[in-house]
Amino acid sequence: MSNPITTIAPEEAVQKLKYYQKGTFTVGNRLVAEADRSVQASRDRSNALTCGHRACQGCGEALGARYAIDAAMRATNNNLIAVNATGCLEVFTTPYPETSWQLPWLHSLFGNAAAVATGVAAAMRVKRRSDIRVVAQGGDGGTTDIGFQCLSGMFERNDDVLYICYDNEGYMNTGVQRSSATPPTARTATTAAVGPEPGNVFGTGKSVPRIAVAHNIPYVATATVADLHDLERKVTKAMSVRGARYIQIDVPCPLGWGAASHDTIRVARLAVECGFYPIFEAEHGRVTQVRKIRRQVPVIDYLKLQRRFAHLFKEGQEDPRVVRLQAICDANIAEYGLIDAVDEDE
Amino acid sequence: MFQVRIHGRGGQGVVTGAEMLSVTAFFEGRHAQAFPSFGSERTGAPVVAFCRIADREIRLREPIIEPDCLIVQDATLFKVIDVFAGLSSDGYLLVNTNKSLDELHIRNAVDRLPKGHAVIVPATEIALKRVGRPVPNAALLGAFAALTQFVHIDSVKRAIEAAFPGQVGTANVAAAGDAYEFVLSQQSAATAA
Amino acid sequence: MLKQIEGSHAMAEAIALCRPEVICAYPITPQTHIVEGLGELVKEGSLVDCEYINVESEFAALSVAIGASAAGARAYTATASQGLLFMAEAVYNASGLGLPIVMTLGNRAIGAPINIWNDHSDAMSMRDSGWLQLFAETNQEAVDLHIQAFRIAEELSMPVMVCVDGFILTHAMERIDIPDQTAVDAYLPPYDPVQVLDPASPISIGAMVGPEAFTEVRFLAHYKQMQALRLIPEFAGEFARQFGRNSGGLLRAYRTEDAELLVVAMGSICGTIKDTIDEMRDDGIRVGLVTIVSFRPFPVDALRNALAGAKDVVVIEKSVAVGMGGQLADNIGAAIRNLTRAPRLHSAVAGLGGRSITRASLHHLFRQAAVQPWEGTHFLDLNEKVVGREIHRKRKNRRSGPTAENILRQLAIATGLPAAE
Repeated sequence: MSNPITTIAPEEAVQKLKYYQKGTFTVGNRLVAEADRSVQASRDRSNALTCGHRACQGCGEALGARYAIDAAMRATNNNLIAVNATGCLEVFTTPYPETSWQLPWLHSLFGNAAAVATGVAAAMRVKRRSDIRVVAQGGDGGTTDIGFQCLSGMFERNDDVLYICYDNEGYMNTGVQRSSATPPTARTATTAAVGPEPGNVFGTGKSVPRIAVAHNIPYVATATVADLHDLERKVTKAMSVRGARYIQIDVPCPLGWGAASHDTIRVARLAVECGFYPIFEAEHGRVTQVRKIRRQVPVIDYLKLQRRFAHLFKEGQEDPRVVRLQAICDANIAEYGLIDAVDEDE
Repeated sequence: MFQVRIHGRGGQGVVTGAEMLSVTAFFEGRHAQAFPSFGSERTGAPVVAFCRIADREIRLREPIIEPDCLIVQDATLFKVIDVFAGLSSDGYLLVNTNKSLDELHIRNAVDRLPKGHAVIVPATEIALKRVGRPVPNAALLGAFAALTQFVHIDSVKRAIEAAFPGQVGTANVAAAGDAYEFVLSQQSAATAA
Repeated sequence: MLKQIEGSHAMAEAIALCRPEVICAYPITPQTHIVEGLGELVKEGSLVDCEYINVESEFAALSVAIGASAAGARAYTATASQGLLFMAEAVYNASGLGLPIVMTLGNRAIGAPINIWNDHSDAMSMRDSGWLQLFAETNQEAVDLHIQAFRIAEELSMPVMVCVDGFILTHAMERIDIPDQTAVDAYLPPYDPVQVLDPASPISIGAMVGPEAFTEVRFLAHYKQMQALRLIPEFAGEFARQFGRNSGGLLRAYRTEDAELLVVAMGSICGTIKDTIDEMRDDGIRVGLVTIVSFRPFPVDALRNALAGAKDVVVIEKSVAVGMGGQLADNIGAAIRNLTRAPRLHSAVAGLGGRSITRASLHHLFRQAAVQPWEGTHFLDLNEKVVGREIHRKRKNRRSGPTAENILRQLAIATGLPAAE
């Protein structure tokens, strides 16, 4: 020891170790000594992400992550390593000294998950353990904004990494600020619902899935927590392929979107059914499959469930910008062919 | 310690010249330190490289301020920079040119040096003939060996072969040999006269 | 094996002898020749079992190294100047996670104004990042320090930065003894990580740590560096026994016996200082040099012992903390604090942005320290005329324009070259 003066820390100076969740041991606290671990820490439990983490009620990201990583673990016979960007998912799963992850998991920084995953994959290659696969995951902020350069680098080199973006359309971990994935007109902490044009601006948009497709990587898909079987299928398919792969999952955030916790799946489904969130797959630079809209709904149905769009419908007046949001949906439908043309002869 | 400063322009192999000279000295069991003038010089810009040679470890890291020998790869530099800065009074001067020292208007500087310490050699011409490229550095090292007698021509040739393997090396070795003979014949002519 | 070889290529060969498993490469002057050299060794097949990854930025370079190291691979990268700043967040992250990455820093100035030449401001910017920082005096030492760096890093599970003066060392061709593979293998065992991402035994690395444990985590990082104060000389000793030459260690003394004036410096400048000291000794001046090899951890006790007998200490360094002075001088001031009869401390900043440091200037500086000591920070070979004119201009004219360009224009006028006025 090299602390110059030996002291016994007074009780009041040293905080008692907090077990954040419910004051109980229902978390997968594998960072503590074996004897102190809870039953939740058992490696026999089936979920990659054990219950007891401290995500909000109705968290779309927690649901998406659990299904995605479970599917990836099944596909790799549990030979999987996860790299996590800073964000909600990182914070709510690993409050020190607890962790909810049942697989080897590394968090480095906000903007470097793709590069760190490249490093892990390189280590596996050099150690001739290519049976061990790598998943990188982050929110939209860590993916479409601050981690974008590393992501593009990983794609371009075609490193053997599946990158999963949990897209909740904003910086939720820091208190709901705008990201490049935040839709136009949405209210966030940095795009207040005040002034002549309340909420987020209409930019040109930034579709990272399409940017991923433009890298000609082997596999790109969008998915939604409204269709978990489709998500599992896509993750399984992604794990059957070598090289850079990207899956972006629409994961509603009840807190950030101002939606009821029990409406997470409903909101996610409406995002798909109105055409706002196109669900598709692409391989080697070409779109190969789209999820057709079964029963098209107007974008208003989607918007009205979320308080982040409430200013669009203030005092019974519909903001004229709703038309532009509908136009985005219509453009998506046309672009991806989300609705089959009705055969006029029939 | 013997200090050489090589002046030239980007693309003329100035740095490689200094490095090959250091390798020459290394082959003779001596210590040598070659280094460039550290810059983002582009093709055609004035470039300087240095080489120190000594019989013990060289610790000094300052640029060569008082050279014992100047190698000037491009005679147009006399008009642009003070090439002669710091040249010791018993130093050597080797200029790559087709002209005479008088035609270069550097007679004043040359006259301060001991007789026979300043020579010209058409190194670019020799390089074009032997190598097919206007890169005079190898030829100049041959001339350097003849002028100063400080290193042996065989060591120079070995260093050139180490830097350029294969045919390019053979051609450059031939160029160095030509330049070596050229300077020796100049000197014997001068002595005869 | 003795070779006449460029410093960068010698370092590349030494790093290859350490059997790195993942190398991340991104070009930035003046370290580029090192990663180029390594790339060639991998491509031609002489460095096997090594993944050479061309990344898209320095931030990615170190991030890839972080992932590789956490997954149990021996990881290496190199950078300089702006590159180190661009990876700064990952620099702190690598040490915070305790990953034994080795990185070469080809020391170069930081802009603006942009400058590609040598000084130590890049290394100083990360001096408190938790990395060990070792400074090479010669290219031979640069070669040897890399081999020792992997050993130290992996023993402690902490990252090590080997600082090598850009151009002055990286681009100098010299006689260097490159060790053979068997000797390096005997000195450096395979990497045995203290933490590793392994599906057979899953752990979480990089969890959030609150106030209840952060102090302790930081204390242990400090404790590791204090342990390094013991390990660095130990491994240097072992290196000397195995390879037959002294390289590394915490610090080195040169002609310090009976010295009244001691110079303290780091890196390649020490060679020129030694030549200067020999000349001054010939004139009967009792002067010596203390070369600091390990800047982090800072060898406080060793320095106190080395400096205790001197009357005057001149610290000469290639960096300045604007608004404070020299960082090395500041650290040395802290080290000799409370010494009974502490020497007087004189601080000089030299060689900024590649300015040559000559024996002539050093003679002048060292003599002045004994005869006419100065207070504060002295800037060696400062062009006071130019500085004075610019200060005057700024006083006269609110919109005085960009400083760097004004200075360049003044210099152009002074040398008679055409300049826009």
